[in-house]
Amino acid sequence: MTKLMEWLAAAALLGAAWLTLSFDLLGLSLPEPWRRLVWPLPVYLLLIFGCYALATVGFRVATLRDCEDAARELQEQIREARKDLSRRGLTF
Amino acid sequence: MASRRGAGLGQAGDSLEKYSVLLPTYNERENLPIIVWLLIKYLGESEYNYEIIIIDDGSPDGTLEVAKQLQNIYGKDTILLRPREKKLGLGTAYVHGMQHATGNFIVIMDADLSHHPKFIPEFIRKQKEGNFDIVSGTRYKGNGGVYGWDLKRKIISRGANFLTQILLRPGASDLTGSFRLYKKDVLQKLVEKCVSKGYVFQMEMIVRARQLNYSIGEVPISFVDRVYGESKLGGSEIISFAKGLLTLFATT
Repeated sequence: MTKLMEWLAAAALLGAAWLTLSFDLLGLSLPEPWRRLVWPLPVYLLLIFGCYALATVGFRVATLRDCEDAARELQEQIREARKDLSRRGLTF
Repeated sequence: MASRRGAGLGQAGDSLEKYSVLLPTYNERENLPIIVWLLIKYLGESEYNYEIIIIDDGSPDGTLEVAKQLQNIYGKDTILLRPREKKLGLGTAYVHGMQHATGNFIVIMDADLSHHPKFIPEFIRKQKEGNFDIVSGTRYKGNGGVYGWDLKRKIISRGANFLTQILLRPGASDLTGSFRLYKKDVLQKLVEKCVSKGYVFQMEMIVRARQLNYSIGEVPISFVDRVYGESKLGGSEIISFAKGLLTLFATT
């Protein structure tokens, strides 16, 4: 099963559950407060996911390490390498 | 820091193991001598068997000429030249390089100095630790990181990575990095299966690896963005990345 199919299957399942509950297709006659919760649930879930996504990406951007030391070390090694290679007869 | 836990594993077989480093180049005249020098420094110190295979795609700046000088300095057993007439893409460069590789492990990395050879011994240790099929360098875990990225670049990378993790669940934290160690037969199978180009090619390799149930180990790396030459991440790269991501989403 491709990832696309997995997503479609999950969406179909959730969508069916939501339709059943919010339009009471099975005649469960859920209490009124429950129905008031279920009806806008997809929007809530989207908002929660949006917040989660923004918070996660924000956190990861903020904590992505800047490797100043690695850049310095590389610059030093570049100088060292050029000196050594010139000594061995390499023309750059 | 690399763990020493698994260092005892497979030590008896060390002499049989050989690591072939594939370096596809295009206009890397400035960088190539440095990367080769660093490779020899770190792989030589580690006493592993290795060879460096340079696949130059007809660079107009004379990369091949410098490569020949390096071969004269370090010897034909250490440095192998497998040039091609013109730019033919990364996937075919790996196939081409592998045809001549005598190692049972293949290391692929960029020749532009953004990937530091000092991490290769850590890759090797990691591979032995879990007998992994693939060891992938990651900028996004542990002591990993980047240098030379502005905020915009960080946001795009992290955003794209997050989206990819959600959509594909690939089981590796750094998908577009191309600093990896593969068992040779694993890389051969993966390259046969992969069709994408550019950034997406590296991502497809990991996604297909997941599909084929290959095991993936990860080692944190520091990524120092191109020292000489220009780094590329423009609108067209983002669009081709999005297209590739959706293609993989629909087909894997």
